[in-house]
Amino acid sequence: MHMGKRRGKRLAKTGPLLLIAAPGILYLLINNYLPMFGVFLAFKDYNYIKGIFGSDWSGFDNFRFLFKTHDAWVMTRNTLFYNAAFIVIGTVAAIFVAILIYELGQKRRVKLFQSALMLPNLFSWVVIGFIGYAFLNADTGFINNSVLKAFGTEPISWYSTPGPWPVILVLVYLWKFVGYFSIVYIASIAGIDKSVYEAAQLDGASKFQQIMRVTIPLLKPTIIVMSLMAIGRIFYSDFGLFYQVPQNSGRLFEVTQTIDTYVYRGLMELHDVGMSAAAALYQSVVGFLLVLGANALVRKLDNDNALF
Amino acid sequence: MNHSHNDVKRFQVFATVVLAILAVFALLPIILIAIASVTDENVLVSTGYTFLPSKLSLDSYYYMVKQSQMIMRSYGVTISVTLLGTLGSVLLTTTLAYPLARPDFKYRNLLAFFVFFTMLFNGGVVSSYIMWTRVFSIKNTIWAMVVPNYLVTAFNVFLVRNYYVNSIPHALVESAQIDGAGELQIFFKIMLPLAIPTVATISLFTGILYWNDWVNGLYYISDSQLFGLQNLLIRIMNNIQFLKVSSNSALLGTQNVDLPGASVRMAMAMIGILPIMILFPFVQKYFIKGVVLGAIKG
Repeated sequence: MHMGKRRGKRLAKTGPLLLIAAPGILYLLINNYLPMFGVFLAFKDYNYIKGIFGSDWSGFDNFRFLFKTHDAWVMTRNTLFYNAAFIVIGTVAAIFVAILIYELGQKRRVKLFQSALMLPNLFSWVVIGFIGYAFLNADTGFINNSVLKAFGTEPISWYSTPGPWPVILVLVYLWKFVGYFSIVYIASIAGIDKSVYEAAQLDGASKFQQIMRVTIPLLKPTIIVMSLMAIGRIFYSDFGLFYQVPQNSGRLFEVTQTIDTYVYRGLMELHDVGMSAAAALYQSVVGFLLVLGANALVRKLDNDNALF
Repeated sequence: MNHSHNDVKRFQVFATVVLAILAVFALLPIILIAIASVTDENVLVSTGYTFLPSKLSLDSYYYMVKQSQMIMRSYGVTISVTLLGTLGSVLLTTTLAYPLARPDFKYRNLLAFFVFFTMLFNGGVVSSYIMWTRVFSIKNTIWAMVVPNYLVTAFNVFLVRNYYVNSIPHALVESAQIDGAGELQIFFKIMLPLAIPTVATISLFTGILYWNDWVNGLYYISDSQLFGLQNLLIRIMNNIQFLKVSSNSALLGTQNVDLPGASVRMAMAMIGILPIMILFPFVQKYFIKGVVLGAIKG
């Protein structure tokens, strides 16, 4: 205690340490902080020739137009709906897989299955788009040619039929992420005190009962923290999943458009900077409030795991 | 006792069976594109992509070797971007994390908040895009794929900082100071080499990130000479003829017959993931460690 106090008073020279940190500080200033001041673009009628500062102010016009469109509702609904599905289904699937892997016991099998389930996580969304194409494209796709034909069903033009896409996107998400998220839960299960299981065994609990009555209740803190972290990010979507997997198909926008794809399309395809900036700011601000809220909840439940 | 032993065994069998089924489902899509890439083009046209094609052929790979100029160039771009990005990221991340770990650094808390705040709020894609293109004129340069977004993340900075705080005693710095070493010397000669285990972890994740990234390319690269592998793949998905048109400027149409489009598409996807599949068994252990480390406390 005493030592600590003395050390606290004897500060290191600031200059050299700041110098070491300077390149990183400069990067964050440019990459992360400078664009924060750019949010005023959302309040401008952006004109490429007049530039960032020369363009006329337009007050809340961009927002007024944005929220009048059907798009605003669609992208908000989709972003929230898919994230909610991912949190619920993804968590259940990851815990299920984690328990199975943990109970395998044999190291070689653990490694084998874990590798197989984790491999999809390492592929880029572009490659996953190709894999989706191998299954779904109308002419040479596996589903139309092999599966539907076997059932005698008419081929489906998947990239222009919105109906099945919520299911497809959830399946692709699970395929890519379940192995990855199960790692976290395996670590959490491994941290459970073994004597709890021994006690349950002495009481005659079967393996299944042990899982339901011991493992899952003891995973609760991890589940809650992981879910709240995800809820803090519920206004953000994985751009690749919603852009590459549906092959940027306009016919599917009703069920594949999220805030991130809208911002991209507004900026790069429609060149509507004002509208796009308004949507991006809408995402940043609501996202900010959600992170703060989620963190306040985590802190209440489990102070150690709070972000701040 | 015997009863519960049986119970454990039974559950292990159940777990093995279920996981084997899941593992098959995880791998089938990859197997499908692997088989599709070596399926005869005529078979593909008549029966589509299938697991048991009636005729195999290496035409797609022959074709890619013949037209390899474009592919090799994109490989070169992706490898350069991955190396530059990973190296830059390691340097900027460790140098920023180290002062944050020093208990005697005056601005420690202020700087920690400065880094941390980037996790909470961001200016959005639009202003970031306009800044990089209009202020820094980064469009169609290799830096556009290296610099924006990924070089320093608060997450990695805190990962390295925590490693220093928890695993490397501050006394080491103090004794070096007594020996008369300057701060720069202490960092580069002592503290940076000591951080190698975490540096390995963040290099692995950052390397995979850069290898797989296509978003920066999508926003900032329109010149096909600068396409990395992922952006070449995107272009090929939209237009398979792109491979041929750009590698020799022969007339469109006259040579179309040569291009086994359906199988080449999948062969291209295969060469995009091959390096990762080869590397994966060797890095799997570190990958798992990194995920656990990151999840416990960022």
